[in-house]
Amino acid sequence: MSTIRVQREDFDTAAEVVALKAADNGIGAVVTFTGIVRGNGVTGLTLEHYPGMTEREIARHVNEASARWPLLGVTVVHRIGSLRPGDNIVLVATASSHREPAFEAAEFLMDYLKTRAPFWKLEEAATGTEWVEARGSDNDAVRRWRED
Amino acid sequence: MIILYFSWIRQKLGTGEERFDVPETIKTVTDLAKHLRARGGPFAEVFSDLKRLRSAVNQEHVGWEASVGQGDEVAFFPPVTGG
Repeated sequence: MSTIRVQREDFDTAAEVVALKAADNGIGAVVTFTGIVRGNGVTGLTLEHYPGMTEREIARHVNEASARWPLLGVTVVHRIGSLRPGDNIVLVATASSHREPAFEAAEFLMDYLKTRAPFWKLEEAATGTEWVEARGSDNDAVRRWRED
Repeated sequence: MIILYFSWIRQKLGTGEERFDVPETIKTVTDLAKHLRARGGPFAEVFSDLKRLRSAVNQEHVGWEASVGQGDEVAFFPPVTGG
């Protein structure tokens, strides 16, 4: 079972885990990752996305993760719009019988979200606004998942 | 064709979407980018260095040699920064 949502509203990680667990009683491990707006110098963050393509890209990588690991459930929630420091940005939750696939699939999904899902961040600071530049280290992170 | 622009590209061009009649001469994403560059002004600026841009055709990431046609949705955007 997979749940993919792109939304303005905040999410409740505990409620998402409850829903994920309810889907399959063979679940023995749930890993959650939450991305949060950093406050160092930043006063706000606006997230823009490409409606339609975003959901398709996330679904494609959820399917790929499900093919690579024995997952019993995946939840991806990504926020858009205006956010403040401390706000949640993204939730990835993966469920499996055992912890290893859940940990690995969560990392895989985050690495692909960072480098493939069409979101763009505009940072606001006292000095003005600036579009966040893509980081080379995110591209390095995603390379480890490619089959040799 | 529908052309979509995102992030600083959208801001610089002052538009996020346009309808475009594709001339016979445009076969690939590169052809389209060069055509848009030739409009001058902010288009010349945005499409001056294609290394800074990424593109998608019908909501899938593509390379610069991908084919495009009248019925397609083509998007131009900078490298993504979600997560």
